[in-house]
Amino acid sequence: MTLLLEQMLNGLQFGVMLFLLAAGLTLVFGVMGLINLAHSSLYMIGAFGAAWAGSRGVAFPLALLAGAGSAALTGLVIEVVVLKRLYARDHMDQVLATFGMILFFNEAMAMLFGRQPLMAAVPGFLSGSVELIPRVPYPIYRLAIIAVGIAVAGLLYYLISHTRAGMLVRAGATHREMVRALGVDIGLLTSGVFALGAALAGLAGAMTGPLLSVQVGMGDRILITTFVVIVVGGIGSVRGALAGSLLVGMVDTLARAFLPGVLKSVMVATEADAIGAGLSSMAIFILMAAVLLIRPRGLFPSHG
Amino acid sequence: MTLTRRAALAAAATLAAPALVRAQGPALKIGMITTLSGPGGYLGQDIRDAFALAIESGAFGAAKIDLVVEDDGLKPAQAKQIANRFIKTDGIKLFTGVVFSNILEAVAPDILEEGGLYVSPNAGPSSLAGKNCHRNYFVVSWQNDSLHESAGQNATALGYKKMYLLAPNYPAGKDAITGFKRFFKGEIVGEGYTRLDQTDYAPEMAQIRAANPEAVFQFHPGGLGIAFLRQYQQAGLVGKIPMVLAAPSLDATTLAAVGDIALGMDVTSHWNTDLDTAANKAFVAGFMKKFNRVPTYYASQGYDTALAMAAGLKGGASVEAIRGALLKADFSSVRGKFRFGANQHPVQDWYGLRVERAPDGKLALVTKGKILSDHGDAYAAQCKI
Repeated sequence: MTLLLEQMLNGLQFGVMLFLLAAGLTLVFGVMGLINLAHSSLYMIGAFGAAWAGSRGVAFPLALLAGAGSAALTGLVIEVVVLKRLYARDHMDQVLATFGMILFFNEAMAMLFGRQPLMAAVPGFLSGSVELIPRVPYPIYRLAIIAVGIAVAGLLYYLISHTRAGMLVRAGATHREMVRALGVDIGLLTSGVFALGAALAGLAGAMTGPLLSVQVGMGDRILITTFVVIVVGGIGSVRGALAGSLLVGMVDTLARAFLPGVLKSVMVATEADAIGAGLSSMAIFILMAAVLLIRPRGLFPSHG
Repeated sequence: MTLTRRAALAAAATLAAPALVRAQGPALKIGMITTLSGPGGYLGQDIRDAFALAIESGAFGAAKIDLVVEDDGLKPAQAKQIANRFIKTDGIKLFTGVVFSNILEAVAPDILEEGGLYVSPNAGPSSLAGKNCHRNYFVVSWQNDSLHESAGQNATALGYKKMYLLAPNYPAGKDAITGFKRFFKGEIVGEGYTRLDQTDYAPEMAQIRAANPEAVFQFHPGGLGIAFLRQYQQAGLVGKIPMVLAAPSLDATTLAAVGDIALGMDVTSHWNTDLDTAANKAFVAGFMKKFNRVPTYYASQGYDTALAMAAGLKGGASVEAIRGALLKADFSSVRGKFRFGANQHPVQDWYGLRVERAPDGKLALVTKGKILSDHGDAYAAQCKI
């Protein structure tokens, strides 16, 4: 029972991390209609930015800010220089261009920092563990990630539902031409949304740094999972991104933890291990297929 | 317009090519398909750098070597494309470089069917070591299982009775578990498979804690191992449940990255920086001087592979002649004693290492003793060459 609770906590933490990535990706798609594969590069840049700042003796919260900031800045630059030209183009062109950017940024980071993984230390005040569940020490740092994720979700909700900028974002997502006709500077809006999404991806990368190793190409794999999240949640909807990430995080973690065990009770151990491992890595895709079967536009479709 | 320009370029290229070759002399091309990006990126980098170091330090004598390196990105399909381009377009016959077994399983058949020669500096999957062995396929590193057989032997020697096993779900991961079990005499209280592209191991940590073994054996090469060890510490398991590892889960780069977490951990390897042979001293010093980092065992294998190929090239120019000379393994391996077994995989000694603090305060892998002598692998008997 405690094991189940602990695994659910792990699932929640993974889900929160996915949300930070998915929120930016889904906003950019919702408002600009852009498929941005280079989102994973922004995640990587955030991780490198924070690790680099941390290695220079910068305090942890400031290092996080440096990570998010460097990602936002990079995001702003690629938005103005490259992506603005792509909004009106076909999705295939966007995929091609942003995939090219992944290759570019991977090589650029390898040149700047080398291929040896960088280390970001867990800050002193967040190291160690607490027994949230009796006799199961849980890392404080992972709890902190959950807290930051929930805070960001709250902030985004306020920003989008209760501010003028948020209103424009919502309007831009559904009636882009009308917003333009009303004299809103769409260029400024898209740049702002893109930078925000980039900052969130950077923050996710910066916070992941102390858990995993910071290295070239670290975002490539999580990108696929992030796309699963926004498809499950409904492309373009931040609410959907939240629901999708928590669902995907939970399903992925629980399947990995318990599926092999469950299979072992019904078949030979060696076969159960092999099938269990395969099946648990397919779990989120099976979830996606199931959701799309019932709700073809995702859980919270944003467009009418 | 474009058509004529392309035609003109092609014509120019055809005319220029022979002259270019004459000007440079007959440089022999060696194709290196290796992993330079992602969590396994530094593995390929060390192999490539050490191979280049061997060329630079004159291992190949007067022969001019053109080392052509391509990154497979840990994607079998990409590796196959590179192999085909090397074979068909560049006419390369000699290959090396592959780090991961799933990549090697994809490219080795292509290379061998086209009459090429492959010398592995790392991956040695069981699928290519037994019935499907090939006369033009050599492994200089180890057969995957034997790497982990040494860890199983070590765990038995250290007196552990209940172990938890964990490895990624890919050919080398399965070989790891098989190899460990073959030499471990105690009980296995739990085993699990992770994903090769997974870097968050929180669920596995919880499973390990729940199973409460005496020790853990885990196989996670490169950046995966770094993430695993750090999270093992964050989960409060370091110091509670010891680890018995094989070389890939704790190499020099991993050690530099995780620091004190690894203090006191037991590792088995066929090579270490402190092995007392003249060839090894020269290699370690040369590598540290040129690249300013401690060589991993991947680097030692890249270096040995270059030496082995150089020894092969002394036999002649044809693949068959090179193969014959290569089989004799007439080179001073940095690990000391070295020969090829019946399936052209190494027969070598295995050592137990432990992470200790050196007098200068830095952590180092220190050789503690021999675990296995003249150890081949379990598949050699099935191989008929």
